[in-house]
Amino acid sequence: MADSTIAIILRIILGGAVLAALLGFSIGTAVAVATQGQGLGVLSLADWLAIRFTLWQACISAGLSVGIAIPVARALARQSFIGRQALITLLGAPFILPVIVGVLGLLAVFGRAGWISDFLTWAGFARLSIYGPPGVILAHVFFNLPLATRFLLQGWAAVPAERFRVVHSLAASPWAYFRLIEWPLLRTVLPGAFLLIFLLCLTSFAVALAVGGGPKGTTIELAIYQAFRLDFDLSKAASLAVVQFSLCGGVAMLAFLVPLPQTDGLGLDRLPQRFDAYAHRTADCLWIFCATAFLVMPLSAVLFRGVGHIHNLPHQVIVASLTSLLIALTSTIVCIAMALSLALAFARRGMAARNLAEGVGILGLATSPLVVGTGLFVMIFPFAHPMTFAVPITASVNAMMALPFALRVLMPAVREIYTDYLHLRCSLNMTRWFWLSRIVLPRLSRPLGFAAGLAVALSMGDLGVIALFADPDLQTLPLLLYRLMGAYRMDQAAGVAVVLVAQSLALFWIFDRGGRGYVGSK
Amino acid sequence: MLALNKVRFQQGDFALSADFSVPTGARVAVIGPSGGGKSTFLNGIAGFITSDAGKVLWDGEVMPDHPGRRPLSILFQDHNLFPHLSVMDNVAVGISPDMRLSQVQREQVSAALEQVGLADKSAAYPRDLSGGQLGRVGLARVLLRQRPLLLLDEPFSALGPALKDEMLDVLRGILDAKATTALMVTHDPKDALAFADQAILVADGCATAPQPIQQLFKAPPPALRAYLGSRT
Repeated sequence: MADSTIAIILRIILGGAVLAALLGFSIGTAVAVATQGQGLGVLSLADWLAIRFTLWQACISAGLSVGIAIPVARALARQSFIGRQALITLLGAPFILPVIVGVLGLLAVFGRAGWISDFLTWAGFARLSIYGPPGVILAHVFFNLPLATRFLLQGWAAVPAERFRVVHSLAASPWAYFRLIEWPLLRTVLPGAFLLIFLLCLTSFAVALAVGGGPKGTTIELAIYQAFRLDFDLSKAASLAVVQFSLCGGVAMLAFLVPLPQTDGLGLDRLPQRFDAYAHRTADCLWIFCATAFLVMPLSAVLFRGVGHIHNLPHQVIVASLTSLLIALTSTIVCIAMALSLALAFARRGMAARNLAEGVGILGLATSPLVVGTGLFVMIFPFAHPMTFAVPITASVNAMMALPFALRVLMPAVREIYTDYLHLRCSLNMTRWFWLSRIVLPRLSRPLGFAAGLAVALSMGDLGVIALFADPDLQTLPLLLYRLMGAYRMDQAAGVAVVLVAQSLALFWIFDRGGRGYVGSK
Repeated sequence: MLALNKVRFQQGDFALSADFSVPTGARVAVIGPSGGGKSTFLNGIAGFITSDAGKVLWDGEVMPDHPGRRPLSILFQDHNLFPHLSVMDNVAVGISPDMRLSQVQREQVSAALEQVGLADKSAAYPRDLSGGQLGRVGLARVLLRQRPLLLLDEPFSALGPALKDEMLDVLRGILDAKATTALMVTHDPKDALAFADQAILVADGCATAPQPIQQLFKAPPPALRAYLGSRT
């Protein structure tokens, strides 16, 4: 091996340190919380209702997302039309869209003062109200339907072209077609997709904060926040956090049994020759149209409204924008440094690398930002005032939340460098400098740029721990947006949404573009 | 008899024309350079591509548009079998895609499996079978379907020499029993000679009428000579 033993040991120590930090963050904070919890006895009836609602809404949201994704993905896999590729790319957008902006958009379409309500009043019906359970479920479907659709599309893309021909040449009935092609595909993809979305809905906080609430629409995450911020009942918050941690941990255990789907966006553009495309044209177009409208309308509603109010933004927006930028950049640097350390330390260890990436992924999904936040609060409280650490805490929690995604992008790339080029490096006796600057950096720049883009966009849009820790003077863009919504200043909120989306996308674009633009990157 | 009556198959920018017939019971190799249109030719006859000029006839009648109603079976190199179905069901879909079999049909499936030597594997799944056994399951389905025309798209290209010979033996047995007409796409002249008595040359967007294969290889036309190189 070309690397000296010392370099290898150093890398493993670094990787190990990152792992230890990760475990400390997720499990350590949970232990800290558990020491403060007073057991389940302190939970009131409302808290038990919150636990029940959390599980119920996650179940319904995941079921709806996956259920609607079946016909939508089938239609996208079957029909070819202009803009198909653009639409499939668009399905990836909700992932980096700030949650609070999505919620604001849904309110603009489905809310009391939204487009649909306007139409209903005009037609003589009552206005809609989506606060509470319907809003939570609607928002979760909005964010997860595209995800489920992408998973299923990947399943469709994996069906060999010959198989469609065989089925076609057998003159199979629609039922036989389902049994022969679609059922095995659904059976492979659906359980993992459902479980993943269930987990995402279990730990989602911003949605519940914005449209949840009340006795019927409070999730555990929201209950933790309320116990913390409104009642300042730390022991109750801690007890709820223990419940949340156990639930997520339990569901995450299932994830080891059911493999979670991974989407890398590859192969989604392949359209196999489909002989049944014409017969289903009308129904398929309807599904594609409805799904697209459901995804595009809320966003355009916000942006359309916001652009008109960009001139009378509140003056805090500049400070908020800079604070968001500071947090996002810090968390991106931390996240990429952690991901690189892990990848470099473990990429060469075949199975170990895969298990590690998967384990970190599941850990990241199962970790609730509010549990971590509560834990950190408990740990800092005896020594200092936790609110003063709001910015560094938010940055590091965001870094940890983005880590699974960054690792998933980086690990294969680092592996590839080692498997494809290491022998070449040894046989050509390359210097370390040459190896790093001419092989590693150019090969890694593109995945690095993409991973950093994801991390920065996720952190920009975050409305989690920051809500727990922020004092009234601290503003980030999502927080400012939420506060404006709370004050019913919807026009200004829409204006801030435009700034937030623009800033997120611009940062994502700069990093992603920067990675692609590096000389010699593929 | 398969007749191609001034047929033109269009696939994207590529067009293939053919105007000849293939006598019943013939064993025909379809040879030619890659990209010359061999697969287009086969897909056209199978009905996966519709002809935009001319007619494809079987025994004097125009073939139906739907591939499933054409009097033929088709076998690919890979993915002929459904991984989630048992060997038994994989064969059974040949006559009943819904897998609702009558007692008689059930016996027919067993008989077909017996004939290809897989009677004891009927409950197994494709993942448990070797490459040669997978090929036999595909052949059992063809046998069961009893269609008078068989299209083979490089079915044994991935198999080693011994297995390939074995498959060809099984295949010959199936073809002989019912005087089935068979067209086999192959890129290997040796396979062509071992299987076929006639050959269709597909090159430059044109399929030529079947000729005796020995004769064709002895005095190859320019397109075939370029493809074969200096080998004879």
